[in-house]
Formats: sequence, structure tokens, C-alpha cells
Amino acid sequence: MTRVRKGELVLRYVLLLAVLALTVGPFLWQLSTSLKGPTEDIYSSPPSFLPRHPTLHNYERVSDTIPVWDYALNSLKVATANVVTNCVGSALAGYALARLRYRGRRAATLAFILAMLVPVEGIIIAQFTTMRELGLNNTLIGVVLPGCIGAMNVLLMRNAFLNLPYEIEEAAYVDGANVWQRFLRIALPSVRGTIAVVAIFAFMGAWDDFLWPLIVLSDPSKFTLTIGLNYLHGTFAGDERLVAAGTVIAVAPLIVLFACLQRYFFRGVGEGAVKG
Amino acid sequence: MSSSTVSRVRRQGPLSPWLFAAPGLLIIGAFILYPFVSTLVNAFTDKRTLIPGEFVGLANFRELLHDDMFWIGLRNSTLYVLGVVPALVILPLLLALLVQKNIPGITFFRSAFYTPVVASIVVVGLIWVWLLDERGLVNSLLETIGVGRIGFLSDQWLLLLSAMAVTVWKGLGYYMIIYLAALANVPRELHEAAAVDGAGAVRRFVTVTVPAVRSTMALVGALSSVAAFKVFSEVYLMAGPSGGPAGEDTTLVMLVQRTGTGLTGRVGYASAISVVVFVVTVALMLLVLRADRRAES
Repeated sequence: MTRVRKGELVLRYVLLLAVLALTVGPFLWQLSTSLKGPTEDIYSSPPSFLPRHPTLHNYERVSDTIPVWDYALNSLKVATANVVTNCVGSALAGYALARLRYRGRRAATLAFILAMLVPVEGIIIAQFTTMRELGLNNTLIGVVLPGCIGAMNVLLMRNAFLNLPYEIEEAAYVDGANVWQRFLRIALPSVRGTIAVVAIFAFMGAWDDFLWPLIVLSDPSKFTLTIGLNYLHGTFAGDERLVAAGTVIAVAPLIVLFACLQRYFFRGVGEGAVKG
Repeated sequence: MSSSTVSRVRRQGPLSPWLFAAPGLLIIGAFILYPFVSTLVNAFTDKRTLIPGEFVGLANFRELLHDDMFWIGLRNSTLYVLGVVPALVILPLLLALLVQKNIPGITFFRSAFYTPVVASIVVVGLIWVWLLDERGLVNSLLETIGVGRIGFLSDQWLLLLSAMAVTVWKGLGYYMIIYLAALANVPRELHEAAAVDGAGAVRRFVTVTVPAVRSTMALVGALSSVAAFKVFSEVYLMAGPSGGPAGEDTTLVMLVQRTGTGLTGRVGYASAISVVVFVVTVALMLLVLRADRRAES
């Protein structure tokens, strides 16, 4: 590593802290607002960054106002289902594309590539009518289905399997293992890193999604957290403390998840971008 | 390894490959490819939510030409690309250069800069609605320093500009990581040689870094322009479902959502708008990538 001059180092840290204030500051301001009591002026000028008497009162009130924990549970169900189906489905399909030989393999690969290129925003109305024909509108299953095996994830898994040397499966083949055994016992454990990446992105994508649940769900009892928050915002725009508490509930689990798994995150984004 | 062993390892029953691929093919077939085709077909019908509709030829597209809301949507989505893309091509590159050097605590900064990417767009939208509120943090800071309060969310153009700023803010960390991966592949010798020749930091950035990451810049340009043209959530959350004052902040995808859903939804007409979205996004993608190829040769 080249030596870093002292002046440059100071400048770097000043810039880093400035960007830090800009990127994380808004979240902290939201947290601060959510902890301010009803008697504290949240509109003061100059603004006060620390709540004078921190209270969890707003978190209680938000759950009295909307069933925020039910919404969180709905989001959790959707996100968990999305993780399971994406991991299983993309591993299976990725293996078929990378390792198995059959007529139509190229066509199958092409289908996934095409699906990856289709802009989802443009097909939501047709997805919505398809879902209605299946009688799954306004259900959590309807929220999960369209993204439950992402084409991008299938192609990520395909690349991971392609990079495995054939020799490791060959030995199992000689020992008489059939294709399912080779997949489960040999290939799958070797691509754990990619599966972790798929799992993280599947969770994040489902937990954060807005447009599709907004279109599919109409019954407030089935709302996911993002839709519920938008509803909270619309109904109680007057009380920012409540909205702030709601957003903190929605974002906290993800920040924790991200902090724990950031190593995989960065690898995944890098790989996905270079290969996609 | 001989080719016969390869084929032996790959050999299996005739049905099992399809069992492996079936769930994936079924899902993308039913929920991506079929809706894509039916969007293309529906665009030429007068289908509504509860009415199957009939083939009407180009009638939807002819109507689009005279629909003020469509032109507003097209204008805003285009402005969005023009405003957001240059910022998202350049700022994350500078940010990547800032966090590239391994100095103490840098991992923390990298993760922290990525936080807006992780947060849901709804959370991000609501945070900024609060920050940019007439009485919000930004305005109380502006008032404190004597600038006075600005109606970021009440003026048609300021609202659109604010939404663009939020899109850039949320996207910075994502594209920063893409640039970091690209910068890791730039040979250090190039920088050292330039430094020996007496080139300063700015000069090295222009003559060494930029040419080395040009194809990544094109990729970021393509990805961000496609995303910017399809913008929905930021504007929807900041301007409201009806698209701000007199709907002047409506984007094309907001128009698709508004026109095509609900009991009276005009599925055919919304599909025609979707077709415009497809065509423009594909064109943007090709344009940016072709510009990159020309720059390379």
C-alpha cells in the first residue's frame, strides 16, 4: 500500500464524515423524531437533534393506530417465503442449466435471460389480471408468486454451478450416486456463498417491495409493512412522530440483517453487476 | 478430462432435467413472460378490468397522442433520466474513490454509505417527506442560517427536483459498490507512472481512472437510465397518488398504475403506455451501451 500523506488523510476523513452525515443523518433524525414526546416541539428552529425526554410512547401509539405488528408479520411471511422459494427454485433451475444435458437446454436458458430483461413496472397490470384469473388477488400468496423464483437468481446460481470443477461430481457418479444425490450432497454445499447472496437479496427485495403489493392488496388486514406505512402516512400525515416510529419499525430489522451479513452483500452486488 | 467423462457426469434420466427446471420455468412463464406477451396484445384492445375487450388496432396509441396526461408523464420520466443519470454516473465514482483506500474504519464507512440502498423506498420516501416538509429539518436549518423556508413539496418543479435528489441519494451506495469492483481492476502501475510524470490528483482522475472505468460508467448509465425512466415510488410517495399539483408530477409508470387498476381500470390503454415504457427503456439501454462501444474503439 502506498503511504498516505497526513494532510490527505485528514481531508479523507473530513469528506467521509460529511458523506456519513448525509447518508445516515436522515435515519438518525427519523429515530430522534420517533422518540420525542407529545409536548416537545418537533418543528423548532433551530432544530433540536436530541429528544429532551426520550420516550417509546409513539411506538405504543403507532400500534394502537394501525396493526403495525400484524403488518410486520405479513412482511415477514412474504419475505421468508420469498427466501425459501428463491433459494430452492433457483438452485434447482441453475443446476439444470449448468450441469445437465438435454434437448431444450439452450431454450430454457434463453427463457430466463429474456425474463430478466422484461421491465417489471411495464407488466404489472397484466400480472394483476393474471393473478385475478387465478383468484389470488388480495392474498399474500399473490404478493409472493411473481417474484418467488427470480430469473436473475437462477442465472446467478447457474454461474456458480458452472464454476465448479466436474471432478468433484465425477467421483460421486462413479460411486453410483444419481443426479439428485449429486445435486444435494456435492453440488449444493459447494455454492453456499451464492445461495447466501440469493437469500439476502430475496429477503430485502420482498421486505422493501412497494409497487406490486400496492396493486395486489386491497384489504387493510393483509397489508405488508410498506403498504401499511404509506396508509399511516396518508391517514395521519399530521403527526410526524407516529410516521417516524412506523418507519423505524420497518427499517430496523433490515439494518440489523445488513450489518450482520454485509460481507456477503458487497460480494453479491459486485458479482451481480459484473456478470449481469 | 476427456469429453466422455463429461458426458458421463452429465448423463441422467430423460425427465429429471425438466423436473429441476420446472418450478423456475413455470413461475417466470406464468408471471413474467405470459404477462409480457399479454401486455403487448392488450395494448391493441379496449380491455377493461371486468370486460374482456376487443381488438381496436392502433386506437390506444392514437389516443395517447392527444392525452395531455401521457405527455406530462413522458416529459417527467424523460426529465428524470436527464436529471438523475449524470449524477448517478459521476457521484458514486467519486464516492468509490473516497472509500477505496484502506484506511482505518473504512469498512464502517462503506457499510454506512450503503444504508440508504438497504432501506425500503417507502421508508426513504417518508423520511424525505418529513425532512423537506414546510416545517421540516431542511427548512428549519435554512431558516436558521437566514435563507428562509422553501416549499420543496408544494411547487411542481421543486417537487420533481426533490424526488430526483432522493433517487440519487438512495442509489449512491449501490453504484459505489459497482465502481469499487471496477476500480479494483485498474492496474496501480498506471497511477504510479502518471504520478511520476507529475500528474496531480485531478489530472490522474481524468487521464487514468476515467478511461479505465469507462465501460463501467456505461453500465451504470444504462442501469440508472432504465431505472430512472421507470420511476414510480419516490414520486408517488412525495407527490401523492394523483401526482402533485394538478397531476403535473405524474410519471409514466404512475400513469400505468392509475389507469390500469381498480374496477374501472382501462387495461388496454394502460398496456399501450407500458409498451411505450418498454420501447424507450430498450432504446435507452442500447443508446448508452452503443455510446460506450464507440468510445472504446
